[in-house]
Amino acid sequence: MNSRKRVLNMRITIQKSEFEKIYNYALLQLPDEACGLIAGLEMEDGSREIRKVYLLTNTDHTNEHFSIDPKEQLQAVREMRAEGLKPLGNWHSHPETPSRPSEEDKRLANDPNASYLILSLEEKERPVLNAFHVESVNGDKVARKEELVIVQEVENG
Amino acid sequence: MKIIVSGEKKEVADNLTVAALIEQEKVETPQYVTVSVNEEFIESGSFADRFLHEGDEVEFLYFMGGGK
Repeated sequence: MNSRKRVLNMRITIQKSEFEKIYNYALLQLPDEACGLIAGLEMEDGSREIRKVYLLTNTDHTNEHFSIDPKEQLQAVREMRAEGLKPLGNWHSHPETPSRPSEEDKRLANDPNASYLILSLEEKERPVLNAFHVESVNGDKVARKEELVIVQEVENG
Repeated sequence: MKIIVSGEKKEVADNLTVAALIEQEKVETPQYVTVSVNEEFIESGSFADRFLHEGDEVEFLYFMGGGK
């Protein structure tokens, strides 16, 4: 991740095709949680555009936890940089629970510049994807919902 | 010397260690950061002893995990 302080703008967009990649991959990984990274562009006003999602291995292989394989994480970050994209955060699925950060999610969300996307498969035919920003406030981790918009396609490239 | 940090070319002092780079770059919550140099993961206990060299590529990676 970039060490530069993030300009907070809570709007983040994801292309529909990338959302569908997450959804289909998460279904395939059931009953386990699925996970990966998100990459894209950060605009001057701080808003973000997810251009590419990475479908990575949950090394925990359970429906209760996820850990992204650090080797895959590094490889993905290098690919992002080669494609002119920036690491924007990660995504993971909740096979049986709502799309909101658990206490464990917040405890392990230590990148202050990341967006954390959570896909709920509580109702498998009606997936719910939300994005969050997690920050430390007086020693407590606080999650703030970002304005996630699924777009058909990105204009201008 | 010139190195690449998180994809950006940087001019840094010779004989810079990974620990010093973390401080110089003001990496937030560094206790949760894994560092790779030229795709090799560096043990956190070695940050102060690992010197960087011309052309090195450094990435700071936060552990990514969670639970329901």
